[in-house]
Amino acid sequence: MTVGRAVTPVLEVSDLRTHFLTRGGVVPAVDGVSFTVNRGEVLGIVGESGSGKSVTGFSIMGLVDPPGQIVSGSIKLNGMELVGMSERAFRDIRGRKLMIIFQDPMMTLNPVLRVDTQMIEAVTAHEKVSRKAARARAVDALKAVGIPSPEERLTAYPHQFSGGMRQRVAIATALLNRPDLIVADEPTTALDVTIQAQILFEVQKLAAETGTALIWISHDLTVVSGLADRVAVMYAGKIVEMGGTDTVLDDARHPYTVGLIGSVPSHNKRGEPLKQIPGMTPSLADLPPGCAFAPRCPRADRTCRTMPELLPVNGALARCHHPHLPAEAAA
Amino acid sequence: MSEPILSLTNVSMRFTKSLDAAEKIANLIGAGLEEVTVHAVDNVSLDIEKGEVVGLVGESGCGKSTLGRVVAGIYQPSEGEVFFRGKRFTEMSDAERRDAALKVQMIFQDPMSALNPRMRVSEIVGEAPAYHNIIPRAELSDALDALMMRVGLDPAYKKRYPHQFSGGQRQRINIARALAVEPDFLVCDESVAALDVSIQAQIINLFMQLREDLDLTYLFISHDLGVVEHISDRVVIMYLGRIVEIASTETLFETPNHPYTQALLAEVPRLDQRKRTFAAIKGEIPSPIHPPSGCHFHPRCPHAFDRCREERPLLRQVEPGHMAACHLNEAPRGKALDGLAA
Repeated sequence: MTVGRAVTPVLEVSDLRTHFLTRGGVVPAVDGVSFTVNRGEVLGIVGESGSGKSVTGFSIMGLVDPPGQIVSGSIKLNGMELVGMSERAFRDIRGRKLMIIFQDPMMTLNPVLRVDTQMIEAVTAHEKVSRKAARARAVDALKAVGIPSPEERLTAYPHQFSGGMRQRVAIATALLNRPDLIVADEPTTALDVTIQAQILFEVQKLAAETGTALIWISHDLTVVSGLADRVAVMYAGKIVEMGGTDTVLDDARHPYTVGLIGSVPSHNKRGEPLKQIPGMTPSLADLPPGCAFAPRCPRADRTCRTMPELLPVNGALARCHHPHLPAEAAA
Repeated sequence: MSEPILSLTNVSMRFTKSLDAAEKIANLIGAGLEEVTVHAVDNVSLDIEKGEVVGLVGESGCGKSTLGRVVAGIYQPSEGEVFFRGKRFTEMSDAERRDAALKVQMIFQDPMSALNPRMRVSEIVGEAPAYHNIIPRAELSDALDALMMRVGLDPAYKKRYPHQFSGGQRQRINIARALAVEPDFLVCDESVAALDVSIQAQIINLFMQLREDLDLTYLFISHDLGVVEHISDRVVIMYLGRIVEIASTETLFETPNHPYTQALLAEVPRLDQRKRTFAAIKGEIPSPIHPPSGCHFHPRCPHAFDRCREERPLLRQVEPGHMAACHLNEAPRGKALDGLAA
């Protein structure tokens, strides 16, 4: 970690709004999201289904399809504006500087092409290199993610790999062009615990070695807590809390974060009822005025009918009129 | 010692893919193709006491769902016996078997695919108790309201269809349907895995509440050790069709005996572990079509020695109530384990 001069972040997202213009009305899937990611940093984005965490990732990748649309805001990769960039220019960046890993590796891999064909194509599409050099790079990438005998495995088809191995191939493909940023959208959710640990191990090592910035999107707080440097918690299209992993998880400020942490079954409260959040995630097409969490929040009152700002509270950012403060925990 | 409500003795479940016509013809000209057999469950014995919550843990392909289906009476085991309240399933009269089957209900992972999308909630929940004369038809409507209240649904919604509910509510409908026939035993197969964290907590709390109210026994199948640890009294760990360890929840999480259990516990992501270094156990889960010889875990086990490659370890008592299937536990090798663990 070098601290000294001000570092320009790899990614700078400011006031991003991605809305889905449907027949039933406007669905604000992402509504005013701002954050930065630095070189070599892992940012975890946590939220439940419909919180807008995946749409945030897709917006960065320029993969939002109609009726979805980035209606305002800016996404800068190394200072270069991505919003409004032509599809042609974006194609050069996506796959070279920006990469995404999906939950289902078969979304990345073409089932009817051999792995080597796909990986070599990913290299030669962006750089003028010989097939031989591209192949060598593919072998190195497969080796880096812990695939045994990579030369032989290159000639296999995706269906000949197990789920965990396929996800490794997808990660290896993402690493081929040494991207500046990788967006990982729930890449280990479908995997078994031992396989998930292997993948997390590889990813952690690679982020540290190559300096690639990583956005790790997950519904699973426990995975993010073990991996991320910083955490952003999303609810109904907005970031409700963001800060260093330790400070967010140890002294959660927003009642939603507190509720999420309370819902995780853990060692010290076996057998006791879990602290559940009442109700369910609201429909984005029909959000209550003000704070979207207010109807489920034990601390809500009349002031919550106006939307709170994302403001510094006790060393992190929280979007709440009545945040939990350290004094309460002591009391 | 009370009689177990349900016991399995030496239960095996095999699935065989028989040869199709083309393959049989190929064999006539000497292709030598053989039928493929998967030992999904391999010689498993387990007693479940009344009122107990047994967590069944394992990774994909370990046979935990198949075992759950054998317990729920959906599959007839290829070998071995299932006893319900001390009586063999195969020796019951038709009426007895039907009653026993009703007493064991199953709740599945995906709440939507388990519900008929073209039936209303009142039909989904009310069909079985009406057919089996468990609830008189005149009282059905009131009973439905009571059932829906019990699982936390508003009875005003009973004329709605499944697609009009959220995932958590749909799982509540599944639970109401299972409870409608007044079961004693619920088999929950990954019943909270598809739900969001905050909804998952609600459903886990509901399961625990129902256990208290209705004196239910559970077989709780999950890959999520955090959930299992929270809800279970006893935990069973499976690997490739075999039980490798059984212990009370405290014992299992504090002093796991089998190397696989130890590895599994080490890799569970926990909220209190930050920026941890993930140190993975090597290798993949082997194919259950060609499982490794001897102990199935030996190719991935850091402590494996010659005997593990040749001989299947039996499930033996390590201490009262704690069973494990590992050669390392047998004297004089027991000392070797201490040395290795240090």
